[in-house]
Amino acid sequence: MGSILIKNGTVIDTTETVADVFIEDGKIMRVGDCSGVRADKTIDASGKFVLPGLVDMHCHLREPGFEHKETIESGAYAAVKGGFTSVACMPNTDPVIDNPALVRYVSVRGEEAGYARVYPIACITKGQKGAELSEMSALKKAGAVAFSDDGKPVTDSGVMRNALEYARTFNMLIIDHPEDPAVSGDGVANEGANATIAGLRGINRAAEEIAIARDIVLAESLGAKIHIAHVSTAGGVELIREAKARNVKVTCETCPHYFCATDEEILSYNTNAKINPPLREQSDVDAIIDGIRDGTIDVIATDHAPHAADEKNREFDLAPFGTVGFETALSLAYTYLADAGNIGMTDIVRLMSHNPAKLLGLPVVYVKPGAMADVVVFDPAREWTVRADELSGKGKNCLYDGWILKGKVTNTIVGGKIKC
Amino acid sequence: MFRKKDLLGLKDMSAEEIISVLDHAAGMKEAFVGGKPLSLLSGKCVTTLFYENSTRTKNSFETAARFLGARTMSVTVATSSVQKGESLIDTGRTLDALRTDAIVIRHSMAGAPALLAANVKASVINAGDGMNEHPTQSLLDLFTMRDKFGTFKGLRVVLVGDVKHSRVARSNIWALSRLGAETVVVAPCTLIPKGIEELGCEVSYNIEDALIGANVVMGLRIQRERQKAGLFPSLSEYNSEFGITAERLYGICENAIVMHPGPVNRGVELSGDVADCENSVINEQVTNGVAVRMAVMDILVGGR
Repeated sequence: MGSILIKNGTVIDTTETVADVFIEDGKIMRVGDCSGVRADKTIDASGKFVLPGLVDMHCHLREPGFEHKETIESGAYAAVKGGFTSVACMPNTDPVIDNPALVRYVSVRGEEAGYARVYPIACITKGQKGAELSEMSALKKAGAVAFSDDGKPVTDSGVMRNALEYARTFNMLIIDHPEDPAVSGDGVANEGANATIAGLRGINRAAEEIAIARDIVLAESLGAKIHIAHVSTAGGVELIREAKARNVKVTCETCPHYFCATDEEILSYNTNAKINPPLREQSDVDAIIDGIRDGTIDVIATDHAPHAADEKNREFDLAPFGTVGFETALSLAYTYLADAGNIGMTDIVRLMSHNPAKLLGLPVVYVKPGAMADVVVFDPAREWTVRADELSGKGKNCLYDGWILKGKVTNTIVGGKIKC
Repeated sequence: MFRKKDLLGLKDMSAEEIISVLDHAAGMKEAFVGGKPLSLLSGKCVTTLFYENSTRTKNSFETAARFLGARTMSVTVATSSVQKGESLIDTGRTLDALRTDAIVIRHSMAGAPALLAANVKASVINAGDGMNEHPTQSLLDLFTMRDKFGTFKGLRVVLVGDVKHSRVARSNIWALSRLGAETVVVAPCTLIPKGIEELGCEVSYNIEDALIGANVVMGLRIQRERQKAGLFPSLSEYNSEFGITAERLYGICENAIVMHPGPVNRGVELSGDVADCENSVINEQVTNGVAVRMAVMDILVGGR
């Protein structure tokens, strides 16, 4: 295995220091002055950041069943292009990932692809039907890192109660997609002035907040842990903040689109802005950033949701929900959070690498000797324009097409190998 | 003069552009009422592409197109087949290949005309898209109001009914706010969409208060399925609280004109005596609809 020397970068994990990083045999061997060290490959990181590899705890790789949207290979490659060395993919494929054979299939396809490490999330309920629990122990043994029926909520509170307690037996995390479908109905955009202007059916924020409140109450009364996916509203952040103050074992994630975009994007019927939960209002964006600043929000995940061009290029009502997100997430976090002065780069490492790794029970990477060599080099000075058709994944449905972002991943190293 | 490829909605039109269409429609009305067909669109083809049923709007457009000398084609697509059938974009390209000059589209989904317009060479005229806009209906409403009052400045226009699902309401609010009229929408809270004030109107939950000083009272259609969806408990309760009745108009705004985009549910939005009263301009609206659509088609297609 070749050795790599990353020279003169600003190494950031819990602290920031200028140092060289020497990698050999899949491990970080030395951090500090490496002027006498010879390596097979040298990366000049002057003026760049050297970070632990990012971990995405919420993405859709679409395989099996929807390979026309994305494959595990194309998605895992897009992931490393965005600095993600580990990704956990949601089980709403076809068939859904609710048995050990399918969990192993996803893992094996991830290993064969050889880009980001791919970790399967399995279903909470058999067939994602929201009724009977999946075989959580068998799924865990096969390699599942968490359970979620993402894309669909577990609406039956009795089923969710059993899921939280049963998963606790095996110390596994339940990730809920918070949505009360009786309230969200057939809505396609955030209910508010912009949906009214566009004439689109609204999704009231209560649909999300009712589900978050329900999950908190369940977790609190059972003493179980729960993770809330893709928080998008000010009220949702506040519910979680209050619950954390009472020591409820609740954690949550948000996604870049909830801190950098509002429902103004739907006014032109841009179907890449059709996302579930929907893009909200500026006051929600501000509250999400506050939640990131004060630690209420634990994780920034992508909810990378690729779709084929023909599926998105149609009537807004008929287009599927979601935007791709791997290749823009770190640049968006840098542009809208770090460079904007809201948080520091060590916070971004916590939100996008350490916290999701801890929640999923994956190795937590510090840029220290002996650590697994999952490392990203990021150039904060590089301004670039997002071009959807130049993205590496199969899905080009990118909300940020044409946006100018600050900072770009220049190299991603997984297990001591340069992947891009 | 208004010069664009398409007419998608009034939210993108200035007061001057709207007025120019109305001015042009005045001449068209003279020709139409006088029974003198024109040849402004001879050699042109206008296609109606309706994904929702609508006899009156479709006939109005076809009458207008033929009166201008255009050929017409008609494509009717049942809404239920949208999901499994040919995509809207492919249908549009087919119509382009058939050398149609204008496509008049009615669709149950907001933004469908914009999607079509971005993908075809033909002019696209929105004949109603979901809850978004119905610009030619609003233009005919505006034409009718101007005919009666001569101006929009200071007019008080009260829209009563299912504002939430109404594209007619939205187009009228956009236009009236730009033209200097005062618009009030009246309905139970469940039929008022969030943030409607930002389009430029007031909101009232009390019809009697809202009618004070009204010059125009417009009923908006109440569809029976809204009751089934739980937005109000019964048509009779709707009518007793929000129905436009002679008693409510009498003494408050008895000189106000009464409008309705049709078809009227007598005894729900309007009582029968109001629909037939001498201040009702519902039938004039239909005639004016042809004139306005002639004007729009001439402006968009005639010069191309």
